[in-house]
Amino acid sequence: MSEKILFKYIDYPDQDRIETYIKNGGYTALRKVLKEYQPEEVVDIVKASWLRGRGGAGFPTGVKWSFLPKDGNKPIYLIVNGDESEPGTFKDRQLMEYDPHQLIEGAIISAYAIRCHTAFIYIRGEFVRPAEQVGKALQEAKDKGFLGKDILGSGYDLDIHIVRGGGAYICGEETSLMESIEGKRPLSRQKPPFPAIEGLWGCPTIINNVETLSNIPHILNNGAEWYKSFGTEKSPGTKIFCLSGHINRPGNYELPMGVNLKELIYEYGGGIIDDRPLKAVIPGGSSTPILRADEIDVNMDFESLAAAGTMLGSAGVIVMHDGTCMVSALQKLTKFYEHESCGKCSPCREGTNWMNKILKRMLKGEGRPEDVDLLYDIAKNILGRTVCPLGDAAAMPVIGFLDKFRDEFENICNGGKPKGTIHFPFN
Amino acid sequence: MYLSEETREKIKALRDKYPTKKAALLPTLHLVFDECGYLGTDQLDEAADVLGISRLEINEAASFYTLFPKHKVGKYLLQVCDNISCSLRGADNLVGYIKEKLGIEVGDTTPDGLFTLWTVECLGSCGTGPVMQVGDRYYEKLTREKVDKLLDKWKNGGEDGSSKEPKQSDR
Repeated sequence: MSEKILFKYIDYPDQDRIETYIKNGGYTALRKVLKEYQPEEVVDIVKASWLRGRGGAGFPTGVKWSFLPKDGNKPIYLIVNGDESEPGTFKDRQLMEYDPHQLIEGAIISAYAIRCHTAFIYIRGEFVRPAEQVGKALQEAKDKGFLGKDILGSGYDLDIHIVRGGGAYICGEETSLMESIEGKRPLSRQKPPFPAIEGLWGCPTIINNVETLSNIPHILNNGAEWYKSFGTEKSPGTKIFCLSGHINRPGNYELPMGVNLKELIYEYGGGIIDDRPLKAVIPGGSSTPILRADEIDVNMDFESLAAAGTMLGSAGVIVMHDGTCMVSALQKLTKFYEHESCGKCSPCREGTNWMNKILKRMLKGEGRPEDVDLLYDIAKNILGRTVCPLGDAAAMPVIGFLDKFRDEFENICNGGKPKGTIHFPFN
Repeated sequence: MYLSEETREKIKALRDKYPTKKAALLPTLHLVFDECGYLGTDQLDEAADVLGISRLEINEAASFYTLFPKHKVGKYLLQVCDNISCSLRGADNLVGYIKEKLGIEVGDTTPDGLFTLWTVECLGSCGTGPVMQVGDRYYEKLTREKVDKLLDKWKNGGEDGSSKEPKQSDR
């Protein structure tokens, strides 16, 4: 097993309690930062570490921070994005539930770096237990003087509030998330202006994912060079890979960026259930284009997966064996995006509905020969034509499935029987 | 009055917590849901009045969020994930099984008012699927046997769907 950063103490009893977290080296980075570094120096270290956002886009965190205006007089906000909802992804939940102080320490250091005095942790509404755990940890941190006024005598003030979501995937998108915190119907906002310039209540705002910020204490403790010794040159650090579907040992695995997908599935994940042949893998959460079994000799980092025509995304690896009907699987994904489209942009609102309708028609045996091209055409017309990335997220899997498994869709549209043995009911 | 004095006080306490009153909207929805078990227009209107925002604003936002039922549901709201990862592990068969056991369709409530069955989108528990949420808890790695036990327990007035156990994740 390779060295772990985020999950080092995840199974340690009572790691969620502040005493245990401190005993295991917790809050040393915060002490060090407040004593030794100016905020800009923290930004520089994070920039130098080339830590990249773990929510899906992979944007360098330090660079994002440096987009904040230097001389504004408006308050600056930090939002921790814990609205984890991308099908196939379940890492932030574990981080919040079992090591909440790691996240909180990361959030405090990050807030200090960007000169923020009010931060929000947005946790999806279904995550009751993680929200309780984070809430309890915030109180413990406050009691120890790590939060509130004059933190550790440094003169720095910070309050962190939890906001619980209401069951909407779109709120993981940063502009919808801000609308949600503001109490509005959370439709995404047009960008620019980008949140770093005009975000929450019109003020400069930074939004970072839970896993991203959980890395911060370790980077500040050990330095940018240490962090870069993990992973690949352009995708440094470790990553939590979420394995699900037809795999023997589903779960979260923290491994260096760039681990081979085949190794991930067969060595760490224990291979395919019942030793069946692999058919396909979605490598980075439901929105990322699918890979065929013969394409899995690929490294799991941002660059390698982009070169393979897909994305690392949130690293939700969904594994399907030979019995899976691809039309049925795609309908599951499309139904999700139809349900979660906020309705603001017509291509996404109408397109996801049309795509789901066509897929359902196919599964009912009522598909028409021209449906495959029609489906492709709709997906292509959503792509790049919406305010937020949900449209792309809905279109990409459709395009990917059709590119890789077109014959299955054509077969079903020409009166053939669905392939495989796994067909999901649909409504 | 649809809301208790206690809930009204909690809503009032939220009014000055954020830069705008409206920012207390989502936390208010949670408070109303916790008390009433669903968000009806009457409850929402009253909450808006207490918070001091327009009734339109609260209904506009609340209608977007699927976490909160908008009508009264059964004592136990079974929310079974039927997204991709759970389906690959048999979630749909499980939904069929629960439908058969309870004699209801998805979206319906049993005549005794005990159970409502919903299918929901990804709950973020794909590694331990199939999963369902009942009240505050996730029930993971579900099998027919586990469902049988849970339904029996709830039918016999056992543990409340909202009760919490210290470590809910089954890793």
